[in-house]
Amino acid sequence: MSDVRPEETAIVVDRVSKQFDLPREQVHTLKERFLHPLRSSQTDTLHALRDVSFDVRKGEFFGIAGRNGSGKSTLLKCVAGIYGTTAGDIYVKGQVSTFIELGVGFNPDLPASDNILLNATMLGLSPKESRSRIDSVLDFAELREFGDLKLKNYSSGMMVRLAFSVMIQVDAEVLIIDEVLAVGDAAFQQKCYDEFERIRRSGKTVLFVTHDMGAIRRFCDRAVLLEKGRLIAEGNPRDVGLRYLQLNFSAEARATERVAAEEQAKTVAQAAADGHAPPPAEPVVLTADDEVVVGQGGAEITEAWFEDEDGAPQLILNSNQVYAFAMRVRFTHDTDDPLFAVSVTTGSWQQIFGAASVYSDPCPGRFRAGEEVVWRAWFQNILGPDRYQVSCAVSLADGNHLQHRERMFSIVSATTRPTGSIVDIPYRLELQREGTTREMVS
Amino acid sequence: MPEPPEFEHRLEIPADMGPPITGPNAFGDDPKRLWRLAWTLAVTDFKLRFFGSALGYLWTLMRPLMLFGVLYFVFAVLFNLGATAKFQPVALLLGIVMFQFLGEATQMSVRSLLQREALVRKIDFPLLAVPLAAVLTAIFSLVLNFIPITAFLLLSGGRPMLSWIEVPFLMLALALFAFGLACLLSSLFVRYRDIEPIWDVILQLLFYASPIIYPIQKILDDHRIPRSVPRLLMANPFAAIMQQARHAFVDPSHLDAAAALGQSWRVAVPICVTVGVAALGVFVFVRRTPSIAEGL
Repeated sequence: MSDVRPEETAIVVDRVSKQFDLPREQVHTLKERFLHPLRSSQTDTLHALRDVSFDVRKGEFFGIAGRNGSGKSTLLKCVAGIYGTTAGDIYVKGQVSTFIELGVGFNPDLPASDNILLNATMLGLSPKESRSRIDSVLDFAELREFGDLKLKNYSSGMMVRLAFSVMIQVDAEVLIIDEVLAVGDAAFQQKCYDEFERIRRSGKTVLFVTHDMGAIRRFCDRAVLLEKGRLIAEGNPRDVGLRYLQLNFSAEARATERVAAEEQAKTVAQAAADGHAPPPAEPVVLTADDEVVVGQGGAEITEAWFEDEDGAPQLILNSNQVYAFAMRVRFTHDTDDPLFAVSVTTGSWQQIFGAASVYSDPCPGRFRAGEEVVWRAWFQNILGPDRYQVSCAVSLADGNHLQHRERMFSIVSATTRPTGSIVDIPYRLELQREGTTREMVS
Repeated sequence: MPEPPEFEHRLEIPADMGPPITGPNAFGDDPKRLWRLAWTLAVTDFKLRFFGSALGYLWTLMRPLMLFGVLYFVFAVLFNLGATAKFQPVALLLGIVMFQFLGEATQMSVRSLLQREALVRKIDFPLLAVPLAAVLTAIFSLVLNFIPITAFLLLSGGRPMLSWIEVPFLMLALALFAFGLACLLSSLFVRYRDIEPIWDVILQLLFYASPIIYPIQKILDDHRIPRSVPRLLMANPFAAIMQQARHAFVDPSHLDAAAALGQSWRVAVPICVTVGVAALGVFVFVRRTPSIAEGL
């Protein structure tokens, strides 16, 4: 956490509510207004924020998490002064800079240097200050030789680098940042993270909105979680992150998530097609309907299945029998001591069973590129009757996934005695009566 | 999905926090920022227009010149309307260029907020900079257009006069009028999208209601026309400013605004209209500012 944290308040959000009145029938012309003077009074009210309160101390890196439509961007725009509030007050101490989006106002027909000037002026620098910083912006973005190139000839990755570089040149005491780290190649992303570390240490107050729990945990001192316009959690990033994951894995959330994953897959494909920006560190590739595949590559899970003690593949697992989860992994790079893992979860995303080679002894050793292995995890099936989702992964010792196939397939556990419980733990019954004990067999 | 539980939070607002923030602002805290923002936006726009094509400047010049050519031929040569004062063709060109400024400034500003939606919705900045930038861009063209007009005047035999000093002030008055209209149009357009065609029609009317192609002298001299007509026409700030500019810049033989209005005190009418439009425009813009970002 940050080295210096004076207990001084930088931002107070005091019982803020925000409503949008959406006309039920869009009355957008004077003519309609004159023809139907009464109709325009009908509006739907959208409660984007309801009674949200929190405060941010000076020098804090403060995260705002929430799913799509939870109101986090609206909150950010209210704090930034772009939207007014319907109720409640917001207090901000110090000069504010807003980065809702990188490169706001960039014009594709102007060269980079002009765009830097324009963007920096928009963000609050004087033209003289902006001009004196063009060089350092270009240097940080590693685009020195492209300063006179029109922006329309930039790749999307170059554009992001330029925009981020302008952003960090603006000296404001309070920075309001909305998911800007989503793009850019891995090397530049690392540079941005480093820059975030620097901003954090320099004692600036940062309000940071993101979906990315990794970033929240990595940078934020504190965080809040919004859901349907309400603040539902506040505290240390780890707890907020956990709460967020719970929310996210509700059935409702998965549909939205899938749309987002498809979007990201498209973006990655587009970037690859442009031939410029290398894909981000963990590209999301959509395969089966519900499956999400992430990972940096280096190994592929080509196949996974369940089998019984005779090695016969099974789609239905009977209770109390011994089975193996098996996956075939092909290494595409030389890999030292990889970890294998499987996890079985319920439909409501509760993990029931996990097996991993993380504690195994001896270490698996070194695998050559092209080598193919089958990893098995033997277990006795005590899962209750239900359908379960199976996810598996191959990762490096440092935890980076080579490939992680989430919800790769599902398996059914069947049992002859429905218990209503998630697991069917083997048990023995006993009845003691007038000195005699009788075993009961079920 | 159950309703998320209420989250209770006790807050203390420190005494030294100052007042709460006000939300979207038309002027911003710093008038200098408003100005340099508008300036930067205007310069960028202007550059884009001129550096887009090699002959950018020539093309902007072509429009008034073509219109001038046609109007001059039809009205001055065929119908011989222009014999009331010296250098009538220069006066015609001046009228066209000034009207083009008014048209450009207002027509660009109508859509200006929508065009800069990305900025308006994503950065907190004094919103008034947007219509101001549209007017500034038009001023740049106007200033450039004065070069050929001056050349034309000198070639026709005109000479520099002391009264040229008036011209910048007249143009500033015109710019103020245009700015008021720009504020009004841009902020209302966010809510009422048919402002754009309506304004196009009004501009057309304004063109023919101003003594651009016909000299005001002709109206005054024509006894069939009631005296109230030229007075009404000259109450329009554009007509008054243009007429005064002809008098000051082209040749004193063109009536000045006071003479065209009949009496000196009547000059107060177009001045009041100008100030009134500017005040109304800014007032409406400021009133609508909080809902602009949401309404786009």
